[in-house]
Amino acid sequence: MHGLINRAIQCFVRDTYSNEVWLDVTRRAGLEFSSFEPMLSYEAELTDQVLAAIADVLNKTREELLEDVGTYLVSHPNVEALRRLLRFGGVDFVDFLHSMDELPDRAKLAVDDLDLPAMEMREHSQERFSLTCFNSPDGYGHAMMGILRAMADDYGALVFLEHRGSGDGREIVEITLVENAFAEGRHFDLGARTG
Amino acid sequence: MGLELPLNDFLDVLCPMHVRLDPTGHIIHAGPTLRKLRADEQLVGRRFLEVVELLRPRRASTMAELLMLKGIKLHFQMRGAPRTALKGVMVPHGRGAIINLSFGIGVIEAVRDYALTSADFAATDLTVEMLYLVEAKSAAMEASRKLNLRLQGAKIAAEEQAFTDTLTGLKNRRAMDHVLARLLEAGQEFALMHLDLDFFKAVNDTLGHAAGDHVLQRVARVMVEETRDEDTVARVGGDEFVLIFNRQTDHSKLDEIARRIIDRLEKPIPFEGQVCRISASIGVVLSLDHEHPTAESLVGDADVALYASKRAGRACHTFYTPDLRDAPLATQPPERIAAR
Repeated sequence: MHGLINRAIQCFVRDTYSNEVWLDVTRRAGLEFSSFEPMLSYEAELTDQVLAAIADVLNKTREELLEDVGTYLVSHPNVEALRRLLRFGGVDFVDFLHSMDELPDRAKLAVDDLDLPAMEMREHSQERFSLTCFNSPDGYGHAMMGILRAMADDYGALVFLEHRGSGDGREIVEITLVENAFAEGRHFDLGARTG
Repeated sequence: MGLELPLNDFLDVLCPMHVRLDPTGHIIHAGPTLRKLRADEQLVGRRFLEVVELLRPRRASTMAELLMLKGIKLHFQMRGAPRTALKGVMVPHGRGAIINLSFGIGVIEAVRDYALTSADFAATDLTVEMLYLVEAKSAAMEASRKLNLRLQGAKIAAEEQAFTDTLTGLKNRRAMDHVLARLLEAGQEFALMHLDLDFFKAVNDTLGHAAGDHVLQRVARVMVEETRDEDTVARVGGDEFVLIFNRQTDHSKLDEIARRIIDRLEKPIPFEGQVCRISASIGVVLSLDHEHPTAESLVGDADVALYASKRAGRACHTFYTPDLRDAPLATQPPERIAAR
């Protein structure tokens, strides 16, 4: 698994809970180091061990945990850079939804060894969409659900999300758009200086 | 004239930074994004070349001159602040012209200067993707930079903990302390030689550090070749070395080894067309010399013997005896360095 993903999970635990909780997680997961390097690659099992340890420590299911990680990635000030990169996807929430298909390509453009699972966004009607994730690690759809929920909030859209279970390596998230421009949303300055 | 309105509407969507000129070079219509660049000014009705300046391929001040530059890349600069650079292409239209403009490489600055949003660019324009890429790449670069810093720190820490001298591949002082402590603890007999290069500073000063490094590597090779695998050769200072001979306390044997090392080190060392000449002084001490030897006392005694060799005119070796400590400093011979 790419270090960026492991690192994101680590930052979620550190920023939302504490460094002590993270160190507890590393011990339980049997890690021989205390910090993931975002630009290195790790065995996929390691990510599963870490997620299991976090779920254990926080007393959450893997699904709840991954949704929280997704929400964190968009809404926490420490990862503002990522929220900005996602906001480049569209001018409003619907526009953003239509950019989800190209998310793996966008990620690759930034970090060329970062392989995200393929996704397909379908518009069933003006209010109903579904996002299918293919060949993704177990619970990936829940992480996407967290991201979508937080992005809706970011754009000021009102949505209802439902995870439609997984089967034959795919997970489906159903999105019901109650209102595209429900609230003001957070400001996005195209040319802001970050970092 | 009935066709004009739809044309403006088309162009506003397809090329939001276009400008339409009449036959005299005055602006008839400007796209919505171009208007944002001079939001406080009325562009329609002004001479285009008074709003922007054409820099390349050549300056033009009249509409006639401008009309000769059909279909090629034009470089403009806005007059007045901010002096934004613009790229453009002109096609004659009717008796006037249409010019489409874009920001070119200065787009990041322009987006900031004019607070532009995605809606200010045509749907097919890749500017927003480019801005995305710039941000994504800076974030990735920053992560790589941090990784490099951490690796650099780890490398320094590893070097501090290492037992090897990186230049010569010999053991370092830490390793020597370690070996010495182990031998003393085991009650093992051994001999310790303290070797100091003579005239090495002159090589460094006259031929440079690269020559100095080359000499040190050559010296290391000689010492490794003249010792057994079970012996220890350590570089403990710039041009100082310690050799520890396991279970070797035979005077004549050590005598022979020391002579051979010095002989070989005195052979001229070629380096990039120059010749480096050095020698070495050695002090030898045996673990048997003390009833209760310690690392400090042995190294101290070897040092005394080494300076006796230096006093004796360098390029020689001396076995430690307690009376060496009484040798008056006055007997030290003049430096031979000048004579060589």
